Amino acid sequence: MPFLTVITLLLIYQLIGELIVLGFSWPIPGPVVGMLLLLMTLLLRASFATEMRASTDKILTHLSLLFVPAGVGLMVHLSRLEQEWLAITLALFISTVLGLLVTAWSMMLFSKWFQSERGYDK
Amino acid sequence: MTNDSAIWVYLSASPLFGLTLTLVSYLLAVKLYQTGRGNPLLNPVALSILLIMGVLYAFNLTYEAYFSGAQFIHFLLGPATVALAIPLFDQFGKLKKVWLPLTAALVLGITVSGFSAYFIALQLGASEQTLLSLIPKSVTAPIAMGISEKTGGLPTLTAVFVVITGILGAILGSTLFKLLKIRDDSVKGVAMGVTAHGLGTARSFQLSPEMGAFAGLAMALSASISPFLLPLVLSFVQRFQ
Repeated sequence: MPFLTVITLLLIYQLIGELIVLGFSWPIPGPVVGMLLLLMTLLLRASFATEMRASTDKILTHLSLLFVPAGVGLMVHLSRLEQEWLAITLALFISTVLGLLVTAWSMMLFSKWFQSERGYDK
Repeated sequence: MTNDSAIWVYLSASPLFGLTLTLVSYLLAVKLYQTGRGNPLLNPVALSILLIMGVLYAFNLTYEAYFSGAQFIHFLLGPATVALAIPLFDQFGKLKKVWLPLTAALVLGITVSGFSAYFIALQLGASEQTLLSLIPKSVTAPIAMGISEKTGGLPTLTAVFVVITGILGAILGSTLFKLLKIRDDSVKGVAMGVTAHGLGTARSFQLSPEMGAFAGLAMALSASISPFLLPLVLSFVQRFQ
């Protein structure tokens, strides 16, 4: 599938997602609904995924680039960050470590738990 | 008046400058990151943000002028989120086996990420707006900004916290997992996706396709659950304060 077709499809799915969210006034973002809709489409037609993969891989390789403009917004909030830098730095740092650990450990714990409850070993 | 100022008037009014500056800085930052053999401390996002801020300060340009061009890149977060359906689909077989522990870990991880930041900042005397803006910081940017707006935070401040959290997660993640001997790619991916959203996902894809797919999945699920979960926990927390 050509790159342009894939981009157009992604935008169409996003648009449908946005319209659904707007129509039902859901608090979920449109792109997430669009993603779930595309996933459903792929489950119905697996060949679609193979055709789209080359283009979507290209987009996802540069996923971090897309966060740069929002990050530069830092400069608008510099005076607040200066006043509260210690609270903000510690809060962000510690909560990130805690978030990573709690999620990883609970995932491992719950995996064992649910598996033994259902009676299979692995 | 002079030719020089005419050029700056043009540059600060045209979206071309912000757009080009973003791409050039990012490419430079990636080059540096590769030269440093992928040292996570040379995070390309952090580097390019600092680079861009330096240029904007040097030429006395505002964030609004910059964003009039950079918004075209910001906009692509939407279609890129939709594109995550592909790696998600690739791991769907594995997902079906782990959805129950995954959902449980997700709810716990989202709550701990957001509210540990809230309580630490509260203890250290941060203002209420900062506190409320911190809560959705582990959720991907567009969604986090929406949550922040609903709960009384500042959406643009939340966006900054989101990006910093993402960079921190990308930097700390692999070291932390190695230190604690967490080896399962699906577990590592989920932790990265819940805590560090798209930036954690991008980092996970560099480490392994399976880890990346699970990070993308966790990020997407977190983006769907958080808008309900975080305001609910907040109202609970506020009742006891």
